[in-house]
Amino acid sequence: MSGERDIVLREQFSVAGRDFGRAGTVSTTIKSMLKQIGFPPDVIRRVAIATYEAEMNVVVYADRATVTFEVTPAEIVVTLEDQGRGIADIEEAMREGFSTATDEIREMGFGAGMGLPNIKKNSDDLKVTSEVGVGTTVRIKVLAHQ
Amino acid sequence: MAIEKYYHAHEVNREACDGRMECLRACPTDAIRVKDGKAHFISELCVDCGECLNACPHGAFVPLADTLEGTPRKGKLRVAVPSPVLYSQFPSEAGPRRILRGLLQIGFDHVFDVAKACDWATLATRLYLKEHTGRWPVISSFCPAVVRLIQVKYPELTKNILPLQAPREITAREAKRKLARENGISESEVEAVYITPCPAKVVSIRQPAEGTRSFLDTAIAISEIYPALREAVSEPDHEIKDELFEDITYGPGWSSLGGITGLLETKRWIAVSGMSDVTKLLDDIENSKLRNVEFIEAAACLGGCIGGSLVVENVYVARSRTIRLAQKYGHNIARHEHRAERLYHSGFFSLESPIAPRPLSPLDPDIAKAIAKVKERDEIYASLPKIDCGACGSPTCMAFAEDVVKGYAELSACVVSAARAAH
Ligand SMILES: Nc1ncnc2c1ncn2[C@@H]1O[C@H](COP(=O)(O)OP(=O)(O)OP(=O)(O)O)[C@@H](O)[C@H]1O
Ligand code: SF4
Ligand code: SF4
Ligand SMILES: [Mg+2]
Repeated sequence: MSGERDIVLREQFSVAGRDFGRAGTVSTTIKSMLKQIGFPPDVIRRVAIATYEAEMNVVVYADRATVTFEVTPAEIVVTLEDQGRGIADIEEAMREGFSTATDEIREMGFGAGMGLPNIKKNSDDLKVTSEVGVGTTVRIKVLAHQ
Repeated sequence: MAIEKYYHAHEVNREACDGRMECLRACPTDAIRVKDGKAHFISELCVDCGECLNACPHGAFVPLADTLEGTPRKGKLRVAVPSPVLYSQFPSEAGPRRILRGLLQIGFDHVFDVAKACDWATLATRLYLKEHTGRWPVISSFCPAVVRLIQVKYPELTKNILPLQAPREITAREAKRKLARENGISESEVEAVYITPCPAKVVSIRQPAEGTRSFLDTAIAISEIYPALREAVSEPDHEIKDELFEDITYGPGWSSLGGITGLLETKRWIAVSGMSDVTKLLDDIENSKLRNVEFIEAAACLGGCIGGSLVVENVYVARSRTIRLAQKYGHNIARHEHRAERLYHSGFFSLESPIAPRPLSPLDPDIAKAIAKVKERDEIYASLPKIDCGACGSPTCMAFAEDVVKGYAELSACVVSAARAAH
């Protein structure tokens, strides 16, 4: 049967660790595509915030990542698969206020330990998996109809 | 239904346009296309920033403001409400008094200075920030081009816009009330004329987004009024009707970037100008990247309104003058505090209705079809040379791919692809 679910838009982007100059461009691109498709503003807002936080975590803590963006009329899924140091204790990382940011990073306005909690708050489903010394995968899902 | 047709205060003079692409590149919202060698702009995308007026070497983008001679009077009394930018267009010795008097000499029945309303509005902004419980940061509402950029490209952020009247509107409303009362006429018989530095404010008067109506009736460009006013201002000083201008003060706040924020109590502010930096900042806000920022002062024109497209003086010269004027006529806004607070709580400054989003139409009203079209667009884009040459008449290869999907353009219009295929 062919229906709404068959229509899938799939795009890939890459993010470089430590590249603060370009940080945020992937979430901005994703946001503008969602606007052109015409998703409700609140859905777009949630995807943008969650993607931005995850993108920043790659920039701050990882070496590089591939971002896969998949859209169907029913849902939006953003997956960030990074290579980097990984997270030893995911539960701890998810806690509001937990951060391992250095002073230098804090001076740039990050390191409040709010990123992952924000992603959780703005997504309908969140999966974080990680292997220390290898990398972290963050999968964010937001439903199109709230 | 949303308004189908948006008013704009500029148009293309097709005779003067020779199809160069300066405007194409200058437009921050990619609203301009060149077709058959002539430029035009897409109404729903245009946010009235005026960049195209600055960019065109032939003056083919022309403002549609009123004129001193050409626009018929709309009432018994014609009162000038000059943007404070006007003062920066003359050597600072001229000073506000002579300029205001000059406006009377060239035909206005009255003039009302905006300075007091600027002070009030600054105080009202302070009070608003103190009581605000909604989303941060609050974004200034005085620049109509920024307001429209938010309505069109950042619809969710309309909720962040400061819902207070701009000083020009407050001044016009007060002028009408006062003159109607004093002369025993109705307010509608008082015509309030804004002397504007930009087309954006003309639009905000003729098709307000900032409320249901504007208290200004007419808008004349600073550049239009300048020659006559210059002559009047340079005449030897004769009797100044002092009672009219007794309390002249000058705060550069609302004409030059950073002035409003500098007077706020919070130190958590950002002042930004120029469409490309404003856009970047709005992206950051939308991503909720800006934490701990309470107020954004945003002006479409580089340097603030002194950089408007309908001024005559170089923005840096004007900036230096605003600083000197502020030193000479500067003041302590605290003296208005009690009055402003009372007025604030009576709703004196509030916008009559909130600013509504004006989102762009999606690629298709049906989400599934829209997704398919984004896919198609990206496929087309992948096949294009990605050099953003503009020869097709669209500002970028991406905009061109979108135009093809929307049916505005033919793929064959890409001359570079065609040339490559021929090899
Ligand atoms: N992609 C990642 N790779 C490695 N470690 C990560 C990654 N993402 C998060 N972490 C770890 O999890 C911690 C918490 O992340 P979170 O985004 O919640 O806060 P933060 O980045 O420290 O601060 P904020 O996001 O408020 O700027 C980080 O300090 C870091 O130690
Ligand atoms: S006014 Fe600004 S947005 Fe409108 S067409 Fe000109 S450059 Fe583009
Ligand atoms: S910054 Fe000032 S002059 Fe420029 S468009 Fe905005 S309101 Fe007009
Ligand atoms: Mg983070």
